[in-house]
Amino acid sequence: MTTVPVLAEPGALTGSVAPGRPPGRRLRSDLVTALFMGPAAVLLGAIVVYPAVATVVRSFYGRNASQYVGLRNYRTLFGATTFLVAIRNNAVWVIVFPFFVTFFGLVFAVLTERIRWSTAFKAIVFMPMAISLFASGIIWRIVYETDPHRGAINAAVGTVVDAVHPPGLYRGVNITPTGPMHRERDGALVTDQTLAPGTVALVGLTGIAPGAVPPRAQPAVAPSPVPGGIAGVVWRDFSPQGGPGVVDPGELGLPGMHVKLVAAHGTAATATSDARGLFAFPRLGPGDYRVALDASNFRAGFGGVEWLGTRSLTPTSHLGETGRSLLTLPLVVISEIFATLWIWSGFAMVVIGAGLAALNREVLEAARMDGASECIVVVITMIINVLKIFDIILAIAPDSSQQASNVIALEMWRVGFTGTGDFGLSSAVAVFLFVLVVPVMLLNVRRIRG
Amino acid sequence: MTATAMTTTAESLPGSARPRARRRPRAVRLLTRAPVNAVLAAVALLWLVPSFGLLVTSFRPTKDYFASGWWRALLHPATLTVSNYRHVLQTGGIKDALFTTALITVPATVLVVVVASLAAYALVFLRWPGRDAVFVALVALMVVPLQMALIPVATLYGHLGLFGTVAGVVLFHTAFGLPFAIFLMRNFYTGIPKDLLEAARIDGAGDLMMFLRIVLPLGRPALASLGIFQFLWVWNDLLVSLVFLGGARHVPITVAIFSQLRQFGPNIDLISSASFLSMIVPLIIFFSFQRYFVRGVLAGAVK
Repeated sequence: MTTVPVLAEPGALTGSVAPGRPPGRRLRSDLVTALFMGPAAVLLGAIVVYPAVATVVRSFYGRNASQYVGLRNYRTLFGATTFLVAIRNNAVWVIVFPFFVTFFGLVFAVLTERIRWSTAFKAIVFMPMAISLFASGIIWRIVYETDPHRGAINAAVGTVVDAVHPPGLYRGVNITPTGPMHRERDGALVTDQTLAPGTVALVGLTGIAPGAVPPRAQPAVAPSPVPGGIAGVVWRDFSPQGGPGVVDPGELGLPGMHVKLVAAHGTAATATSDARGLFAFPRLGPGDYRVALDASNFRAGFGGVEWLGTRSLTPTSHLGETGRSLLTLPLVVISEIFATLWIWSGFAMVVIGAGLAALNREVLEAARMDGASECIVVVITMIINVLKIFDIILAIAPDSSQQASNVIALEMWRVGFTGTGDFGLSSAVAVFLFVLVVPVMLLNVRRIRG
Repeated sequence: MTATAMTTTAESLPGSARPRARRRPRAVRLLTRAPVNAVLAAVALLWLVPSFGLLVTSFRPTKDYFASGWWRALLHPATLTVSNYRHVLQTGGIKDALFTTALITVPATVLVVVVASLAAYALVFLRWPGRDAVFVALVALMVVPLQMALIPVATLYGHLGLFGTVAGVVLFHTAFGLPFAIFLMRNFYTGIPKDLLEAARIDGAGDLMMFLRIVLPLGRPALASLGIFQFLWVWNDLLVSLVFLGGARHVPITVAIFSQLRQFGPNIDLISSASFLSMIVPLIIFFSFQRYFVRGVLAGAVK
């Protein structure tokens, strides 16, 4: 500013306020200032400053603007579960988000210096900054769909889960035995009675949709006894004519069923049914056996994690209502935070990267200080952004999770502008939000002055 | 991404200093870089896939959305269709909403740029009592949440007949864009050598003349950054329009999509295509003027 010596002298630039000038010139320069500052002053005064003060005043009045209620709005707020939930969620955002966004930004900024395609990489990661938070929310709502056939994350998780625990051939909760069998705790079906070698096992099942029977299935046949062994059939015991527990003509065998023979000491043998549903355990020692259909036959495939659901990540069943509203951590909040990391990491990367690029590599100490200050800028910017977070929650969370992922800015809009609309209460929410950003405001002012 | 976009990026995004690696043999360099490349490629993929998913979804019929994931459509490109877009653009609601968004965004951007450059001139080149205090106040105003103004301004607009009008939304966006805008322009103007203006003054130029002839042309890069920043900010807004235009006949695109959100699955054809339409303009601007956008963002955060 003061590099040009002439300008160091006060009033040299316009000379307007320096004493001893003719009053006419002074009036003229005041007019010039008014002309340049006027539009901004009017707009800021009418739409920012006056309303901000008016909101503070309004927060002491009730639903009706003429009814003074003192601090009642604030008392109402802090007694309401929805508001406590909003404060809790904003706290989670403020604690979790700035840390991770700075971490990602720092890692990306450092790593991009080592690749040739850093330009393309930065453009890709920065791109979400250009589109609306609202559209980003919709993008992620599709990503988070619970059904693994729709949501990409659940599809990816499902591929892994189904590879480790393959789903059974006969999925379905309605499958019931027609003979005397019971279901074990793990889902296996076991005959009630014990069988001796030389007998047959008839395992009839109902509740299997015709389409769920594998195409290679053939009509079932009653098994013939195997000397010294146990033979059996597992079939779809459902035809209009026949009765239960009997292999009737036209009933299909259930192929590919994993059958276990359970003795007193544990599993004695395993077999798999053929196309007619037949299975056999030959050459058994004397004893009592039970036939079991393994649980793996009925295991359902991966159904998808409800990323946007309200299941809590913290145990809260032992807490009262207030405790629960303050200490639950619904999965939907974490999912929203992750989606927002996708949006803002590019910003953090570029801000921190600008700091890194400006580093003087030979002075490592100073460099470290520089990098740190960029990180602090990112953290502060993110805290402000996260306190005011609004669009992303409205877009991502389905109606059923909106309450659980409520935040202060959303609560302000809900209370004031939806339903019957209570401007007094809504003003109190806005004032609370403002109080939260005041420390940042003071910090900024001090930075500018110092 | 086009070739031009890439070259713009090269100048814009800072970083990419790699002088040290040059000294090592090529094989070693490739070996040490392979893990970094792999990690960043995975990250880049993670960053691209969500948006790509929306894009593909917007070209699929609603029944396909319920039947299978969008990635399945990549194996059967024949199932993709433009009918969502045709439907959305023919029925008029979304087309009208895009137009309304532009109708709000363009004036709100122009107004902020004009008003802020005038004010910044006064803050840098004019001397008047309270100037420094006003600047400090502006810095303080930068973080005031716009929630602090919604209710009184809604009441004020009710009295003035501005509630539910595009003009009201434009004025609101302009006012709340000003603190940052003035801050940005002031920071840029302080870098303009003052002897330029002094010389002009000796030649008899007035303040308005100097503003138009010297300061504005020199401030073009900052104006571009500010304009793009403000444009995207207003274009992407949901809250302000939701409050002031909630029940109005003409609403911007974000509000129009929001009104369909309750039936997310069944309305996915409209939601996905309209969302993508709303992203096109910001993406074009981002990739064409990336340098200015990044500068605007950096100026807001770092300075």
